Amino acid sequence: MQALTIAAASVTGALGKPEQHDLLLVRELQTMSFVFHIPLVCFGIAFPALVLFVEGLWIRTGDALYKAMAKRWSKVMLILFAIGVVSGTILSFEMGLLWPNFMATFGDVFGLAFGIEGFSFFAEAIFIAMYVYGWERFSPRRHLLLGVPIVIAGVTGSLMVISVNGWMNHPAGFDVVGGRVANVDPLAALFNSHLWHELIHMYVAGYVVVGCVVGAVYARSWLRGNRDRYVRTGLIVAVTVAALAAPVQFVVGDWAGRTVADDQPIKLAAFEGVADTTRGASLHLGGVYEKGAVRGGIKLPKALSLLAQHDPDALVPGLRSVRAADRPPVNVVRFSFQAMVAIGTLLALLGIAYVVTWWRHRRLPRSRWFYRLLVASGPLSVVALLAGWTTTEVGRQPWIVYGFMRTSEGVTAASGIGIAFVVLLAVYLALSVAIVWLLRRLAQRAPQAEVREELRLRPA
Amino acid sequence: MSLADVSLVLIAAGMTAYIVLAGADFGGGFWDLTAGGAQRGRPARELVQRSMGPVWETNHVWLIFILVLTWTAFPVAFGSAMSTLYVAGFLAVAGIVMRGTGFALRGQAASLPEARLLGAAFALSSVLAPFCLGAAAGAIGSGRVPVGNAAGDPWGSWLNPTGVLVGILAVLAGAYLAAVYLAADAERAGLDELRRAFRTRALGAGLVAGAVAIAGLFVLRGDAPALFEGLTSGAGLVCIVLSAIAGVTTLSLVWRGRFAAARYVAAAAVASVTAGWALAQYPQLLPGLTVSQAAAPHSTLVALLISAALGVLTIAPAQLALYRMAISGELSKPMESS
Ligand code: HDD
Ligand code: HEM
Ligand code: HEM
Repeated sequence: MQALTIAAASVTGALGKPEQHDLLLVRELQTMSFVFHIPLVCFGIAFPALVLFVEGLWIRTGDALYKAMAKRWSKVMLILFAIGVVSGTILSFEMGLLWPNFMATFGDVFGLAFGIEGFSFFAEAIFIAMYVYGWERFSPRRHLLLGVPIVIAGVTGSLMVISVNGWMNHPAGFDVVGGRVANVDPLAALFNSHLWHELIHMYVAGYVVVGCVVGAVYARSWLRGNRDRYVRTGLIVAVTVAALAAPVQFVVGDWAGRTVADDQPIKLAAFEGVADTTRGASLHLGGVYEKGAVRGGIKLPKALSLLAQHDPDALVPGLRSVRAADRPPVNVVRFSFQAMVAIGTLLALLGIAYVVTWWRHRRLPRSRWFYRLLVASGPLSVVALLAGWTTTEVGRQPWIVYGFMRTSEGVTAASGIGIAFVVLLAVYLALSVAIVWLLRRLAQRAPQAEVREELRLRPA
Repeated sequence: MSLADVSLVLIAAGMTAYIVLAGADFGGGFWDLTAGGAQRGRPARELVQRSMGPVWETNHVWLIFILVLTWTAFPVAFGSAMSTLYVAGFLAVAGIVMRGTGFALRGQAASLPEARLLGAAFALSSVLAPFCLGAAAGAIGSGRVPVGNAAGDPWGSWLNPTGVLVGILAVLAGAYLAAVYLAADAERAGLDELRRAFRTRALGAGLVAGAVAIAGLFVLRGDAPALFEGLTSGAGLVCIVLSAIAGVTTLSLVWRGRFAAARYVAAAAVASVTAGWALAQYPQLLPGLTVSQAAAPHSTLVALLISAALGVLTIAPAQLALYRMAISGELSKPMESS
């Protein structure tokens, strides 16, 4: 077996080697910004489709209840989009403010993706404004058509940014000549081989998160005894989406795992904490990785080999096949991966229970526990989402560009990061308060306020 | 013209669009700040919200456009500038965030007592963001941003005569543009009192901006001689003269109550200043770094420019349609019930 070398060819940063004593703080700042932005953008990815679906129901049936719901949801969409815009702007600034050497060295390789993304943001902003402010201005059909570009822009916007992330995990589209980046091929960088599983996994995650969060809101009303047609409709639309998306995540996640096994074996080893290269590697549910082995937890023999290669006896390279300085922090990655898979399993089971009940009895499940779990699924799905990103991003450490540039080399040399951290923390807290306040105010108004027509809230 | 030059032109065009469009959104916040007490200031505030609510996100994307073009086409310059100007950058982004949130909240909060407190915070951010962005531009223009990772002075690079001057000009330009737009919108909505109020404000802001710009030339002569030299000779001078003519014209249009025309002429004034700045500095991007040295490789620029061209072709019609609807007041207020 050959020894693994991750460092394909180290790149000299275009701005030299930075001195940064607060690297950890810079990383935390970046993480904090993502933790705020990514749950919001799920709504940019998946919510427009739900809104259009409900509006379509209105156009087909003429039932004003659907119009009231679509209109109400479109306002939520606008508010979350606005906050997505400002939090995305923070991220765009942070690219340069926190990682100038990374940008200076590789901006010309992967920047194209962000350039294209900019145009999908334009499209999204323009059509969202027309859609939300144009309810009374356009005929129903034209209004529905105006929503279509929003759905498309949700896909292209996340496609491009994920392309960059895929590239950071599996760089392509350049050569290293004498420590410098050369022969740049921006299209090869754009369509790197990690793009596709990340895109689809994230896209489906968007539907899982939106379905669970919206479902949780209506499930709470349901548990409190409000079971009119409005609540019921919202519940069914949202939960159906989540129930269909959650099991798919299993299949895509498996694909993601195999891709990681092929391209980033050390990250895969960190999913479990495989110290030495092993045939038929097992997985432990729970437990802690310590001094080269997992302590505690339930052992699933050969499960990791099965996940990685679909072969129970496959060889899994261990962490020790690279220098200690090239290994990611195992327990963070391990714990995040387990949290994502555990929650993914729970959500998939919940979804299957819902679909089966519907199939067999043509009704919603009756158990209060189903609704309690639904309420929990809202926050849980967000945890799974963030845990997944933690798996990917912390699993990539210590590299910012896997195998080519270390995070410590891409970082800024500026001081005073602590102040920036505190300021941005305050900004994010204020933003969170603002969102909650706005959405609560919106929710306090009866759905009847949205339309002139009388709403039929009692079941026929 | 090389591909790098084309990219630079595109960035300058994006900056012009951002100043003219989003600058006015910040300016709206400025007038919000100075509109007076809750009762008296209410009509003005509502007009700001109604005119700018539907378009601010689209206007804002121009900033993202500038950022991504710069980091792709001129990565070393981008990394150097952002790392040195990080204080201004963080403050600007905090201001932008508050301003954007302000738009979202105002639609809901307009009737509440909290609105005043919130309003003050948002309005202050409307001054903070353009000031910091302008000062950052001044830092680059006066050659205080060296190549390197946070190699320049994090405070002194932008808090100096040129930086402060450009920062103030950015705030004033936004205030002027906003007043012109709002006067036009008030006229269309038949709000005669507001029309007159914003006409007065536009004239005031325009005169102050003009005076500061003229005084600013003397500041530049002392503080940024190279930039001054570039702006007062050759093509740079042509741009400055054009801008001055446009500035006087737009003021006289406002005086005569021709607000729609005044908008476009004001945009021309901003565009010629931006172009003048670019020409004055050309070919230096940062000290010791020329446009061609800083440029991304050919393959990247080709791909970037092709995608930008396709993007503009697909987006422009939709954007124009949105502005047309917003200007003609056809878009309803979504946050209130129908
Ligand atoms: C609702 C969210 C959600 C759910 C239920 C799951 N995932 Fe996931 N996962 C994500 C949301 C996510 C993500 C969107 O956060 C990530 C981060 C990067 C990416 O591509 O997707 C991710 C990454 C990610 C990776 C790392 C990919 C990489 O580094 O390139 C693997 C191996 C898995 N997932 C595997 C799974 C498996 C086996 C699941 C089984 C249930 C699963 N995920 C459920
Ligand atoms: C370095 C990382 C990122 C940067 C620089 C970034 C930048 C941005 C910016 C600037 C916006 C606002 C667009 C506007 O002005 O209209 C935005 C919104 C958005 N971003 Fe991000 N983003 C990042 C990460 C992500 C991730 C991880 C995703 C999803 C997987 C994502 C998906 C979106 C989507 C769908 C929107 C649309 C806005 C919404 O619906 O809320 N972005 N992003
Ligand atoms: C300029 C580009 C980027 C840089 C420099 C960067 C770097 C980093 C770093 C250093 C961390 C912290 C990891 C740790 O705590 O060990 C991080 C976290 C993260 N990154 Fe990236 N990243 C970039 C782009 C992206 C993009 C494009 C995405 C998504 C599409 C992304 C998604 C994330 C997420 C979700 C986290 C949070 C992980 C956690 O919870 O710890 N990043 N990033």
